Amino acid sequence: MQLKDTIGESQAFLNRAIVAGILVLAAVLVVLYRMVQLQVVDHEHFTTLSRENRVKVVPLPPTRGLIYDSQGVLLAQNRPAYSLEITPEQVDDLDATLAELANIITIDADDIERFWHLKKRKRRFDSVPIRVNLSPDETAQFAVHRHRFPGVDIKAQLLRHYPHDVKTTHVLGYVGRISQRDIEQIDGSNYAGTSHIGKNGVEKTYESALHGAVGLEQIEVNAAGRRVRTLSQTAPEPGVDVHLHLDIRLQEITMQAFEGYNGAAVAINPKNGGILAFVSQPGYDPNLFVEGISTRDYKTLQEDDKRPLYNRALRGQYPPGSTVKPFMGLAGLEQDVVQYDSTVYCPGFFQLPGNSHRYRDWKKVGHGTMDLRDSIVQSCDVFFYKLAYELGIDRLHDYLQEFGFGGRTGIDLTGETTGLLPSREWKRRSRRQPWYPGETLIMGIGQGYFLTTPLQLAAATAAIANNGTFYTPRVVEYLRTRGTGEITPIPKNSRSIPIASPQNWQDVRDGMADVVEGRRGTATKIRSEQYRIAGKTGTAQVFTIAQDAEYDEETIAEKLRDHALFVAYAPIEDPQIAVAVVVENGGSGGAVAAPIARIIMDGYLLRSDAKENTVDES
Amino acid sequence: MPRQLADLTPTNPNRRQGLLAVFHVDLPLLVGVLLLCGFGLVVLYSASGQDLGQVQRQATRLMLALCVMLAVAQLNPTSLRRWSPWIYLVGVVMLIAVLVFGQVGKGAQRWLDLGVLRFQPSELVKLAVPLMIAWYLAEKRLPPSLQRLAVAAALTAVPVLLIAKQPDLGTSLLVASAGIFVLFLAGISWRLIAFLGVTAAAAAPVVWYLMRDYQRQRVLTFLDPEKDPLGAGYHIIQSKIAIGSGGLYGKGWLNGTQSQLDFLPERHTDFIFAVLSEEFGLIGVMTLLALYLFIIARGLYIATRAQDTFTRLLAGSLTLVFFVYLFVNTGMVSGLLPVVGVPLPLVSYGGTSLVTLMAAFGILMSIHTHRRLLPT
Repeated sequence: MQLKDTIGESQAFLNRAIVAGILVLAAVLVVLYRMVQLQVVDHEHFTTLSRENRVKVVPLPPTRGLIYDSQGVLLAQNRPAYSLEITPEQVDDLDATLAELANIITIDADDIERFWHLKKRKRRFDSVPIRVNLSPDETAQFAVHRHRFPGVDIKAQLLRHYPHDVKTTHVLGYVGRISQRDIEQIDGSNYAGTSHIGKNGVEKTYESALHGAVGLEQIEVNAAGRRVRTLSQTAPEPGVDVHLHLDIRLQEITMQAFEGYNGAAVAINPKNGGILAFVSQPGYDPNLFVEGISTRDYKTLQEDDKRPLYNRALRGQYPPGSTVKPFMGLAGLEQDVVQYDSTVYCPGFFQLPGNSHRYRDWKKVGHGTMDLRDSIVQSCDVFFYKLAYELGIDRLHDYLQEFGFGGRTGIDLTGETTGLLPSREWKRRSRRQPWYPGETLIMGIGQGYFLTTPLQLAAATAAIANNGTFYTPRVVEYLRTRGTGEITPIPKNSRSIPIASPQNWQDVRDGMADVVEGRRGTATKIRSEQYRIAGKTGTAQVFTIAQDAEYDEETIAEKLRDHALFVAYAPIEDPQIAVAVVVENGGSGGAVAAPIARIIMDGYLLRSDAKENTVDES
Repeated sequence: MPRQLADLTPTNPNRRQGLLAVFHVDLPLLVGVLLLCGFGLVVLYSASGQDLGQVQRQATRLMLALCVMLAVAQLNPTSLRRWSPWIYLVGVVMLIAVLVFGQVGKGAQRWLDLGVLRFQPSELVKLAVPLMIAWYLAEKRLPPSLQRLAVAAALTAVPVLLIAKQPDLGTSLLVASAGIFVLFLAGISWRLIAFLGVTAAAAAPVVWYLMRDYQRQRVLTFLDPEKDPLGAGYHIIQSKIAIGSGGLYGKGWLNGTQSQLDFLPERHTDFIFAVLSEEFGLIGVMTLLALYLFIIARGLYIATRAQDTFTRLLAGSLTLVFFVYLFVNTGMVSGLLPVVGVPLPLVSYGGTSLVTLMAAFGILMSIHTHRRLLPT
């Protein structure tokens, strides 16, 4: 029985082995058939290809799309640049060649380090840059000695250049050499001839549009690899041009207004969310990164106390201070916690029932009897302590969330931070502590855990100005295809903040108007003859003063001095611009931040007037 | 029975008791392998750009691999069978170790650094999987039950997935085919094979539907590399020119323009078949294929003559995997199949797969030379 089975199994195996043998034969015949096809049937064709040879497929990189501001001023262009490149395969002794090259052309340690780094990622027959941006002198110098350096060549390529350098960095970002990490995220073939890619800002967000599509060229080369003629060509599809909402002149005016201070300013068109100005001060020169920044330069930027690499407008997180009061007031009115005419007596401090701790008003002697409008105009803290206390943290959190606090606005720039809109849930999660009523109070005046970005403040202010429509901020207005001139607008995106009573919104806006236009406002200094401004000042504490101590600007180190804030929109009758200004360690919002906001609004609103005037004169 | 004693002697006493028999060498297999290796070295000299150093290095590796083959041939299949599960276990553990501690070379994690030597566990697994599956299926009567088939499939899938994750598609394909061949030879029913085929065909559109656009694009490029003339397609375009321009008789040794002028990438490793085709023409290709067919035929013969299920399955599977190497490599180089990194066995430059292949031939020799006499 056992034996029979063994024989049975042996027989079954034999059958299978025969089947396998037949399959093997069949497969080998398929391969053989293929070989006959290639070597006999199509032999002529391949012989031609091989003899005339030597077909090489070369990628034709597309030209990168340009970036323009709203007035058609060029912000990012492509300039021809000459670089010295080595094809490692054609060089016997790389070290010796490098050493000899250094006698003719300046090559420093950074260049050499970058060369070895780039070489690792390329194929042997690809050329690797050793020096970029050769001067005309250097180009001539090398041309004379070229015969001594087989495998070394000068290559012309288009290099990105930002003519407005420091003024546009924090919006446009920059392009840099494609890194290993970039490679993992892109379609390798499409970037076959491309050396640079958008690293941040608009250059990154709109990378695929700006880049375009690669073209191909089949060329014949001789045995040494030099081009003989072109066989066929598929032209690359150039990148699309990008047009911004941003006005570079306004951007420039804004940066000048910041002279001597660090901080950020964001100006938004409340009618569509378009970013008109976007400044983070100080900036840095993006052109450094295009050519590959040297370790030394990078270190200098990184260790700079003023932190130029830090995009304050997009990522800076500041306590909003009193600029949050209009939103608080609106929260109170809309939820029926206060009436527009209900009053509170301000003795200069506020106490929770059954607690001796005094929450102080910035005005030591107190404001006296205050209604909501007065409290916004004079920035009375006590009124908002009480309001916040009565609203409670939950309602406060939910309402402020409507204005985009605590979340990303969704702007078309990468790396945006959320700020922090604290809630009971957040505190339990991150601190494992319950929420204390005192924390609600200080939130009422924009202090405590509460953090916002300048971008959030500007977007929220725009939403108050345009009656409850929250537009997603947009840097780019439209894309324009070169050649056809076809325009693709970037779609507007908005949501509506629920409105209980339109009168409440008008009341809060009236209060903001009186901050500038009223008799006792905190920013009356910036009143303009030509148009009317509504705004709110804010001063955010950077450090906490003891209960009985007094804040004395003179004795406090600059780093610990208060941040000055101002949010505003204008003209009141038909808002066309909303701004948020944060001046780090600037002190008082009314004195330092508001004048900057006024300069920005002048720059935007009076521009068309100025143009008309010149026309009249001529 | 007195004859049983004779059965237990390691070699067949009726045969010539020559040196070959003492060292458990199968002469036809040895001749086939040596001829192939010799042909390979000749092609390599040309493919390497007439670099004698490279040829010497490869020859040294060949000698080393031949020693491994001889050593393995001395092992008794019974011991091999006993060790199978342990070899498999060690292999899988090392694959996991590679994923955790492994060294990254050419963008994939394949190597395990053991201090003195660097080791590629996926090579061990190429042998461990057929050993394991053959051992498992030979425990019970054939054909195997559905349940045992499922277990065998799982035993194959674990190392295959671990290797695919490195990622090394070529090797995982070879390991998978090793397991599948054992199952096929063990006699799984045609009905089941048909069912699996239909299921796979039916699943394909569903998977396609679930994939994202860029994933589909990658699959398309993989299946038709000529769509991507700057990446994978470049190899194929150049390789086809080399093969086609070779014609019937070839351009002659050392005279292949494609190969000598650097138009052919990877010409001494994965694409060496194109060099051979260019310089030796269709005649050379047929000679090469004949040598391979001879070795495969000898392997299958050894499998059918084996005396128990384990050795039969093992010998059959090892031989067929050798064939898969050949088919995938020639198919890839001639543009029939997608580009998968599988070398031309015994010919491509490189030592890692060489040792494994020779060890497999050692196993075949061991199986054939340790037979007992049975009354037939």
